Amino acid sequence: MRALKFLIPVGLFVILAGFLFKGLYLDPREVPSPLIDKPAPEFALTQLDKPEQTIRRTDMLGKVWMLNVWASWCEACRDEHPYLVEFAKLKALPIYGLDYKDQREPAQAWLAERGNPYDASLFDQSGRVGIDFGVYGVPETFVIDKQGVIRFKQIGALTPQVLNDKVLPLLRKLNG
Amino acid sequence: MADPRRPALAALLAGAIALPAFAAEAPASAPAASAAASQAGAKYEAPAAHLTAADPALEARMLAITGELRCLVCQNQTIADSHADLAVDLRQQVREMLQKGETPDQIRRYMTDRYGDFVLYRPPWKATTAVLWLAPATLLVIALLALVVVIRRRARLADDQFEPEPMLDDDAAEPLDRPGTLA
Repeated sequence: MRALKFLIPVGLFVILAGFLFKGLYLDPREVPSPLIDKPAPEFALTQLDKPEQTIRRTDMLGKVWMLNVWASWCEACRDEHPYLVEFAKLKALPIYGLDYKDQREPAQAWLAERGNPYDASLFDQSGRVGIDFGVYGVPETFVIDKQGVIRFKQIGALTPQVLNDKVLPLLRKLNG
Repeated sequence: MADPRRPALAALLAGAIALPAFAAEAPASAPAASAAASQAGAKYEAPAAHLTAADPALEARMLAITGELRCLVCQNQTIADSHADLAVDLRQQVREMLQKGETPDQIRRYMTDRYGDFVLYRPPWKATTAVLWLAPATLLVIALLALVVVIRRRARLADDQFEPEPMLDDDAAEPLDRPGTLA
């Protein structure tokens, strides 16, 4: 028994090393959102290409929809955009953009150049709606259910893998 | 002659003091290191709104609150001292909330409703943070108990159970007395 005493510090070291090793593979930028399974915040924003038309949270109730936060100044949005354009062709669910802290003209030019996957884009110039959605790293994507509850959030660019493995199964569940 | 137990005791004391410090430091340094490693991803680059506060008292209150909130964009800075666009907006948000007469608690709730407890540099006391708060004190108590047990056990040993003190003094001083040996 006494001879095995040296194993105690070794054991403690192994446990500590295990935690630190696990820590190497955690992404500190992915902060779990407290908004998951909470009602989406209220908003009333004009459309990017139709400044006279306002879309409100209540307009969206009754359907499962996707809110994709983007901006023409956002580098990572450029990587994500082709996947979103392809995904929109499936017509799996309505996709709405939230044009975050942007200007109308460069944003519309950006969509004209790269394709427009959105049923409509909400124009959030001040970024207040973005703050209410807890946006901190554009692009971000939310899936909101028929009751207006946020069911999914992706921080950073969407990939085909995320769309196929997370968004589509969730959609089947919410619509099923 | 010096007490032969002295070096052993000194080493033990040093170990007991260092143990809780190490234990408290290790988990905290892990996320910090990986945060620095993964600076990839989206950053805010939109032109910043230039907002100035006319009221120094309000500004001081705003800075006191935002100085304890983490900026989500550059995670090792506070909202008070970050230049990220989101931090600029949030500082303005806090100014407006203070002007409306909202309390620091209401403002902190506004932030945690959106970004979670992660924004609080002072984590709240709850079930999931109990280990975080209790670990340093627990480890200190364990270390002190171990120290007491070891000292008591050693106090009962006879002097000849200890190895004689090595003659460190002469060996250690020698190289310093000879000029030229230190490159």
